Amino acid sequence: MEIKDFIEKFAGQFMDTELSEFTKDTVFHELDEYTSLIALMIISMIDEEYGVTVEPEDMAAAVTIEDLFNTVQRLKAEQ
Amino acid sequence: MMEGYNPYSLAGKTILVTGASSGIGRATAIECSRLGATVVATGRDEARLSETMAALTGKGHVSILADLTKAEDVARLVSELPQIDGFVCNAGITRRRPVSYVKEEELREVFETNTFAAFTLTKAIMKAKKMNRGGSMVFLSSMAARQVTPGNAMYAASKAAVESFARSCAQEYASAQIRANAILAGMVETPLTIKGLLSAEALERDKQHYLLQRYGKPEEIAWTVIFLLSDASKWTTGSSVVIDGGGRVVRDK
Repeated sequence: MEIKDFIEKFAGQFMDTELSEFTKDTVFHELDEYTSLIALMIISMIDEEYGVTVEPEDMAAAVTIEDLFNTVQRLKAEQ
Repeated sequence: MMEGYNPYSLAGKTILVTGASSGIGRATAIECSRLGATVVATGRDEARLSETMAALTGKGHVSILADLTKAEDVARLVSELPQIDGFVCNAGITRRRPVSYVKEEELREVFETNTFAAFTLTKAIMKAKKMNRGGSMVFLSSMAARQVTPGNAMYAASKAAVESFARSCAQEYASAQIRANAILAGMVETPLTIKGLLSAEALERDKQHYLLQRYGKPEEIAWTVIFLLSDASKWTTGSSVVIDGGGRVVRDK
């Protein structure tokens, strides 16, 4: 899995935020549009696209998009 | 005080409780037994159901292992069932998905357990004439039926159907003085609600949104179930009772 692809899918859960706002270093909790619903969208997207279940705690612990990407990679490796 | 006067007593009544292996169902079974009922407890998990049985007060209680989403289990449960004076339709599951990510198999699973089972069990009990005249049906709907939270579409819709179904039962069985009511509970601390959308820290913050600044406890729902099963609510039917700690202010973030 590639981080570029992950960022694209991550960004796909947002409706209003400019695409240019999404990089591996984006602190996504600080995005205006980020809510509990968007968090759930991202969890569901990861489940559907990568076949792993990210817990709410993992979402809270990840600071940047790259952190979350690393979490997904770790979960995939543990499968 | 009048000695022995208690219209809220369940003495002499036999009550069926579904989903009795955990959460509100377990608390309901236990509290019913404390108020004098003979309990018929049903659930899917043998080990957890026997934990419930061990916690009951008094004698004569029965447990019947059954998966209410299976027609043959419903048929067996009803054939083994003694005559009852009430049932509590409590079994429920949730799957959190935003609408865009709803999976059809999860949607079916949620509706089969939360909604279809309420229909099929009620039908089977009534056709077999296992409910005594003057009996009471209590359906656990949810505040989610009226006030949605993100990602809860499947659960909310399944529970809204249950609230409506309770009113249909109230109408169709009124001639036998059989009553049917729904309970709309806010967040209650059970295995079903605690896992899922929110992290432990976010749960603590969420509680502060309730007027009483905490979630409900299973027995706090059970006591209203008992009111609806008892003779104290003899003139209450087709109603929905909200128990939600005074309600919550919906905030995001």
